[in-house]
Amino acid sequence: MSFFNEENEEIAKEIVGRYPVARSALIPLLHLAQEQEGWVTKPAMEQIAELTGTTSVEVLGTGTFYEMFKFHPVGRYLIKVCTNISCQLLGADELFEHVKKVFDIEEGSTTEDGLFTFEEAECVAACTEAPCFTVNYRYFHRATKELFDEVVIDLKAGESPLSKGRADDEGAMPEHGTLSRVRQQIPKSRCAGIKPPEEIKGPPNWIEEGV
Amino acid sequence: MSESSLQSGYVEHAPGFVENKGPKLITSRFKHTDSFTLEKYLSTGGYEGLRSALDRSPNQVHDEVREASLLGRGGAGFPAGIKWGFPPEGVWPRYLVVNGDESEIGTYKDRLLMERDPHQLIEGVLIACYALGLSQAFLYVRGEMALAQERIAIALDEAYEAGYIGKNVLDTKFSVDVVMHWGAGAYIVGEETALIESLEGKRGMPRLKPPYFPAAIGLYGKPTIVNNVETLSNLPWILNNGASAYKGFGSESSPGTRMFAISGHVKRPGVYEVEHGVTTFRELFYGDNFCRGIRDDNELKMFIPGGGSAPWFFQEQLDLPLEASAVGAAGSMLGSGAMVVMDETTDAVKACLSIVRFFARESCGKCSPCREGTSWEEKILQRILDGDGRPSDIDLLLDIGDNISPGPYPAASFPDEGLDAVPFPPRQTTICPLGPSSVAPIVSAIRRFRNEFDALITRRDPIPLSLGVEEVFT
Repeated sequence: MSFFNEENEEIAKEIVGRYPVARSALIPLLHLAQEQEGWVTKPAMEQIAELTGTTSVEVLGTGTFYEMFKFHPVGRYLIKVCTNISCQLLGADELFEHVKKVFDIEEGSTTEDGLFTFEEAECVAACTEAPCFTVNYRYFHRATKELFDEVVIDLKAGESPLSKGRADDEGAMPEHGTLSRVRQQIPKSRCAGIKPPEEIKGPPNWIEEGV
Repeated sequence: MSESSLQSGYVEHAPGFVENKGPKLITSRFKHTDSFTLEKYLSTGGYEGLRSALDRSPNQVHDEVREASLLGRGGAGFPAGIKWGFPPEGVWPRYLVVNGDESEIGTYKDRLLMERDPHQLIEGVLIACYALGLSQAFLYVRGEMALAQERIAIALDEAYEAGYIGKNVLDTKFSVDVVMHWGAGAYIVGEETALIESLEGKRGMPRLKPPYFPAAIGLYGKPTIVNNVETLSNLPWILNNGASAYKGFGSESSPGTRMFAISGHVKRPGVYEVEHGVTTFRELFYGDNFCRGIRDDNELKMFIPGGGSAPWFFQEQLDLPLEASAVGAAGSMLGSGAMVVMDETTDAVKACLSIVRFFARESCGKCSPCREGTSWEEKILQRILDGDGRPSDIDLLLDIGDNISPGPYPAASFPDEGLDAVPFPPRQTTICPLGPSSVAPIVSAIRRFRNEFDALITRRDPIPLSLGVEEVFT
């Protein structure tokens, strides 16, 4: 059974080809599945297992270790508010309460219109720019309640709030599941050649062994 | 963006980066808005370090890095040149895994290096691969860092296209593939053996040790060098300017510069490139060139000198140099270069809980002292804060800590109480240092601010008399 659409199936095969061992592509393929569907479905795990030479249980086993993978539908925009120490010192708890009030939902749940899921984040490496929240993993630095309100208004209106994030980021806001809006493409003509480890016996040709 | 929506006291600047005086070995391009493009990189000396490396033999390049005593910037501070010498002879292929899974509390430097100067990192990766005969490099970027992934993907494409990566780099015999890999949200994956497990498509749990170094048995069971983003970003400069010029900065035991992220209650928080080993904490927090003092001119209460895993420091430690051995002897570590400054208004118990909760949530669950211990630490601290603490809770917290990290736990000296410093590192009953890290805030806070714990515990509400007891007796 096929889960990936034609385009993504090609991409998935290309991703698998970048690794000496297919299983290494497991996490990137879970991301790809999430990009297509917004969350990780059972058929997705079955096809990922096929592509990586594993079983769907192994895919589930790996996937559930990582908090970014969702095994149930989530909102189009995943809003995460960091409450770790650097952000907490500068008002993250107040921001967190504000977000809860605006959406009128508990942490970890989704608004009725299916637009927003709201979660607490662990340190997102923006500590000098605290407090910080992210929308689909795009950063909003030095956040205030007002900034958050503006972002929600933009998202509801279908506009991108990225340029307001003070995070050097701009352009369109992707839907949940899409991380990088571009993909690495290794041109066939330039690829040095990726082989399974057991096929490489000696040192590469620019190394003189024993020297 | 209007000024009014900014937090008061902040100075508007580029995210993270503050322009100041001092040597800029790895942040020299940050001031440019287009710092991440190949065009800008090439016009500012980009890929010259790689050319210089390719003009020498791989061993000569390795010698140069060993000679520079470049210390690893991931947290442990192990010399990169020595780590590079660990792969056992005759075992091939060998791999490079770049640790870009920055997630230690308070740490913000690798994300900047990946977003703002991806080509510098890639050039460092290529130099390492050339020197060590590595077949393939994997650039493991933290899952949550979408912009960093974008910038690296574009930079890799540009570098392949321009002939810096791939088959016959710059028309030499050197050929290598560099692949961007990205994670999915797990702090523990920053531990190097967990990073490798994750890259193999498994749950990111640290491997049992020995073997201690993946350089012997790593990715797919082959020798694997795991280096931090900041460590590798130093290589182009070292190859361009030489090891002796590099050692002209910093101190003898800690040469070069380091990136420090200073967050919390300072007037000008930011990521600063600082000369290693010579600057002091006081200069960093109060100096005009750096953070310019504590907000509202408040008193400093405590600070974390090296990420959430580091025991806390206080006013007495302000004049220590930013040098690994001095900080270690004083009872903490510089770790990942993350400093969190807390002023007199900070609640020590609340700060302690915040950090412990992080470790409780991020424990991978492999070792029981950590899995069980961190979650009990969190629960007990929470009940103390909620006003439900018991007098025995302080000893209970220390006892749980002792199960994860036996013996005296590293701590700063406390002259008022006649307590000497306990030097770093802690002992551990776990495979990796995550569990022991959760003990750091607990021991630090209890040792120094026991009165705050006591106050919360004794304030515990007495059994309410509103049970109607009075009426029964009247």
